[in-house]
Amino acid sequence: MTAKVKFDEVNVGDELPAQTYHVDRANLVMYAGASGDFNPIHWRESFAKSVGLPDVIAHGMYTMAQGGRYVTDWAGDPGAVLDYGVRFSAPVVVPDAGGADLELTGKIEEKRDDNTVVIALTARAEGQKVLTRAKAVVKLA
Amino acid sequence: MAINRDFIGRTFPPSEPYEVSRVKIREFADAIGDPNPVYRDPEAARAAGHPDVIAPPTFPIVVSLGGGALADPELGINFAMVVHGEQRFEYVRPVRAGDVVTCTSAITEIKAIGNNEKVDIVTDVKTSEGELVCKSYNTIVERGA
Repeated sequence: MTAKVKFDEVNVGDELPAQTYHVDRANLVMYAGASGDFNPIHWRESFAKSVGLPDVIAHGMYTMAQGGRYVTDWAGDPGAVLDYGVRFSAPVVVPDAGGADLELTGKIEEKRDDNTVVIALTARAEGQKVLTRAKAVVKLA
Repeated sequence: MAINRDFIGRTFPPSEPYEVSRVKIREFADAIGDPNPVYRDPEAARAAGHPDVIAPPTFPIVVSLGGGALADPELGINFAMVVHGEQRFEYVRPVRAGDVVTCTSAITEIKAIGNNEKVDIVTDVKTSEGELVCKSYNTIVERGA
């Protein structure tokens, strides 16, 4: 269980390379099946609109998973993630045509004595922040 | 409608044991679009120091979701209006294939925020041997009409 990134080679304020992940309705159907969250706001447009949403929205946990993937791809070992938390600040609206893009950025916010770093993440869709107070604690090599 | 405040502080019995399989982990990794081999290939996982394939960091939601805590009709949640507010995991180690886990949940807070109702749930995910694998802190929000 070793991260690729070395603790001594990162500094507070360093930015992780930005990534964009595309999401469309098929991803949400797959995620519903894999996670067991079949709330129709994530796949049935008429239902989503009937409860006041602009359209189908992504599962919050799908968006959180993309943030997790962003961190684990950077760190190199998913087992190096010790803590990961987010606040879902706005829904990711996923139109039938074209889907949506999630833009992930991250920054080293803190270095701790035990070879861990705190990464502050942001995720945006349509220019709006969809995750806030998103932080991951990762043990580096 | 207000959510039943009598549930604040209530702890729920452990869930049925959930057997984590390689197939389920792969399905979840496919669903989140993550091609990392440690989620699929036992050899790759072992090379990275894990006894078997491990699950992505957000996988514990699969086993902790829909636990007894929210299922009780007396709680009075209207699921059509529920969105996820916050989520956090504290990991002791990754969930891995072969784990048999149970979840024990407690409702720690229910309160109104504007027109919305907010419920905080803490879940311990433990193996059948009693090893704590992770803790999940979940906040759900029932949107006001």
